[in-house]
Amino acid sequence: MIAATVPVKEEKNYMNAEHGLKSWLLTQDHKRIALLYLLSVTVFFIVGGLFAALIRLELTTPAGDLLDSNTYNKVFTAHGVVMIFFFLIPSIPAILGNFLLPLMIGAKDLAFPRINLLSWYVYMLGGTLGVVVLATGGVDTGWTFYTPLSTTYSNGYVVLTAMAAFVAGFSSILTGLNFIVTVHRMRAPGLTWFRLPLFVWAHYATSVIMILGTPVIAVTLFMLMLERGLHIGFFDPAYGGDPVLFQHLFWFYSHPAVYIMILPSMGVISEVVSTFCSKKPFGYTFIAFSSVAIAVFGFLVWGHHLYVSSQSAYAGMVFSILTYILAIPSAIKIFNWAATMYKGQVRLTAPMLYALGFIGLFTVGGLTGLFLAAMGLDVHVTDTYFVVAHFHYVMVGGAIMGYMAGLHYWWPKITGRMYSQLWAKVACCLVFIGFNLTFFPQFVLGYLGMPRRYHVYPVEFQVLNVLSSGGAAVLGLGYLIPGVYFLWSLKYGAKAGDNPWGATTLEWQTSSPPPTANFEVTPVVTTEVYDYSNTEVPHIV
Amino acid sequence: MQEHSEHHIVPKRVYALVFTTLIIMTWVTAWISTVDLGPMNIWVALSIAVFKASIVVLFFMHVKYGTRLTKMIVCSGILWLMFLLFVTMGDMWTRGWMGVPGR
Repeated sequence: MIAATVPVKEEKNYMNAEHGLKSWLLTQDHKRIALLYLLSVTVFFIVGGLFAALIRLELTTPAGDLLDSNTYNKVFTAHGVVMIFFFLIPSIPAILGNFLLPLMIGAKDLAFPRINLLSWYVYMLGGTLGVVVLATGGVDTGWTFYTPLSTTYSNGYVVLTAMAAFVAGFSSILTGLNFIVTVHRMRAPGLTWFRLPLFVWAHYATSVIMILGTPVIAVTLFMLMLERGLHIGFFDPAYGGDPVLFQHLFWFYSHPAVYIMILPSMGVISEVVSTFCSKKPFGYTFIAFSSVAIAVFGFLVWGHHLYVSSQSAYAGMVFSILTYILAIPSAIKIFNWAATMYKGQVRLTAPMLYALGFIGLFTVGGLTGLFLAAMGLDVHVTDTYFVVAHFHYVMVGGAIMGYMAGLHYWWPKITGRMYSQLWAKVACCLVFIGFNLTFFPQFVLGYLGMPRRYHVYPVEFQVLNVLSSGGAAVLGLGYLIPGVYFLWSLKYGAKAGDNPWGATTLEWQTSSPPPTANFEVTPVVTTEVYDYSNTEVPHIV
Repeated sequence: MQEHSEHHIVPKRVYALVFTTLIIMTWVTAWISTVDLGPMNIWVALSIAVFKASIVVLFFMHVKYGTRLTKMIVCSGILWLMFLLFVTMGDMWTRGWMGVPGR
């Protein structure tokens, strides 16, 4: 007898609605575009990580025995350019923001789906230019492209690298524009501004920075290209120019760019902390407005990067005070997350562990930023490993921990599958331990006077450098493991269900993975945001 | 989209007038550069440039007929540009205040 099996009809969702490469490359579905970004951004993360591995391998010994000085310059420049322009800036907005923003506001898609797809192609064009630079010999200016090194003395492919960042910037502008219009025009009925999830507030503030700041870096890089190619004299004193003008223009964007990286992370943390404490975030309005305050004040502090240039001491004092003021909205968020957890039913799931890691590491990064805002102390530690440690605590300890928290939190929604909580917690612990082992010694190294961007160093710094390199290996392992269990979950992971965490925001009210149009029926919002009164807390294995 | 703003139809003669003004002001820019106005050179050139940019934004980019939100977005862009220019110039203007040690 032959047993007959009844075929089970697979539920239609955005992943299986269409098939074939063309359906992905020409998609206008924000969720599919988010996955295109996920793939490409992950590739750049791996490339940037490999450059980091080369740097740490070289610095294991005091001598320059793996890389010569020119190659080392190119390697740390490649690490910086790839990680900042092609990983950190697009990571959360272009992946999680793209996927979740319409879902969170009950919309069918972003306001401009074609522009959304265009932003990915523009990003890939910029990335391809970057890869061409790496393949043909690289550039040695550091990711900051400071003049006159970049305009006069560098032998690398400065113009092509600047062009890569210039092009990628337009992708960022298009994404920001799309988010702002979407939040203004496409909210579901009843979804007022103060019913918006904090993730949406964070992305709105981020989009403001993207739109107002990115054109300035585009113009600055264009001026740099003209200066290098045609010797126009914007930054050359011989023609009446000023090299410090480049630093002003560069940091006018590049300091707020740190908030393009960290604000979306903060949005993720607000969601994760609220869900896994089953409480409305303490001081919702303060957290929402602190995002806007960071976006605005973040534009007024760039001069703290210029204390040791010829910037006026008076301007330095103003920038120093403004930088201290900027710490207030960041602190509001930290205190409010802590207050949310206080007496909450804290569930230590993998996303929550990453969120706790974010809070701890970002606090260290933020507080050491205050050290650097002090003009006198900054002179001592400028261009040392103290600065390197500080910004990695913010960008890796903050932005990437937030990205990982978000990826683990929304993975069940994105794919419809659960991953191993045990392995995820192990990976999170490895990342936390590896990160601190890598970067905490660098605070000490910097304070003791080890300068950044040199491939040889005095022998007394070796112990701390070996610790740092060992930590980098642990950190790398911590980032590798999620790649394995995420891929594993796609085939073998348990079905996630629509709302596996017991969250309240709109994206959890639709199926996992969501249908192409996001919701069967446009949701109507009648309750306040983060209303847990009718939500059951599920048991998560 | 939840709502659509009304599209204002601009008469062609307005576009023609703006275009003619831009051409004339370009000619004025070229002509004025041959006249030495001393320290006023830069201010005159900048004023003409700002005027030309304003009529492009107002008429060609339809901001004059846009919603209040559109106007607010444009103003915020200008405000940000002011931040950039004035704070950067603030550095230039105050560099000499402390003098140079030893001189």
